[in-house]
Amino acid sequence: MKARVTVTLKSGILDPQGKAIEGALKSLGVDGVASVRQGKVFDIELSGSDKAKAEAALKDAADKLLANTVIENYRVEVLG
Amino acid sequence: MKSAVLVFPGINRERDMARALKLASGRESAMVWHAETSLPKGTDLVVVPGGFSYGDYLRCGAIAARAPVMDAVRAFAAKGGLVLGVCNGFQILCEAGLLPGVLMRNARLKFICRDVHLRVERSDTPFTRGYNAGQVIRVPVAHGEGNYEADEETLKRLEGEGRVLYRYCSPDGVIDERGNINGAAHSIAGLVSEGGNVLGMMPHPENHVEDIMGCTDGRGLFAGLVAHLEHAA
Repeated sequence: MKARVTVTLKSGILDPQGKAIEGALKSLGVDGVASVRQGKVFDIELSGSDKAKAEAALKDAADKLLANTVIENYRVEVLG
Repeated sequence: MKSAVLVFPGINRERDMARALKLASGRESAMVWHAETSLPKGTDLVVVPGGFSYGDYLRCGAIAARAPVMDAVRAFAAKGGLVLGVCNGFQILCEAGLLPGVLMRNARLKFICRDVHLRVERSDTPFTRGYNAGQVIRVPVAHGEGNYEADEETLKRLEGEGRVLYRYCSPDGVIDERGNINGAAHSIAGLVSEGGNVLGMMPHPENHVEDIMGCTDGRGLFAGLVAHLEHAA
């Protein structure tokens, strides 16, 4: 089973890396970029086939390690 | 003082730290590998040194904070044991939940490697008793992620409880934006846990302890720890 965990900075948390990327896109002349926030994507291969169990395990993984919930939010998707 | 210096893959300041501890206490530190599940018997100070544990993968300190030895450190701290985390060690202690908040990328995005000035906010703690309150000391920093941030409520509590022990300042002790090298909230360079027994700080006092280093302002921190532990013993 394939799954994806997406970790993003909470709103209001300063993201200097996103700001730098935003500036670079603007200087490249990419049209219509209003703002950029940088995050992380984890593609995870799971051995079982129980979707509910997988979701619980991924949440556990995100809470324990993948995200720092002081500053980050996460989203778990089991892709099947 | 029986100190234990933790060693994680990618840490590179553990020998500087052990040398500073020996200079202050006259005793060798135990070097404790991250895979250990206990601390040496009789340990009365745990030090988490600086470096780049696990290459700063995921987030600075994130993986080291989950190493087996950290459970032993948590138990040690819960009983009131003294823990000092410097630089990456500070990041590890935050990630381990032993200190609140988080260390973000420096506000101006640059890795900063130079001497900075710190104001010692109070002198009645094990980590500052070698100094006077309001004293300005000069110590080096070397970090890319030292911008301390926490939510408003946490910052209010830290200030209210007098838990900020070291602040970035100008050479004459003024707290201002210019002296705040990395953009840290309230110019925080070092803070303690609720119990006052866990200190995390970004600057490296261990690198200003001998004349050959050009400055010995870092000595006070280690001398204070020795005095505190000898007094307690």
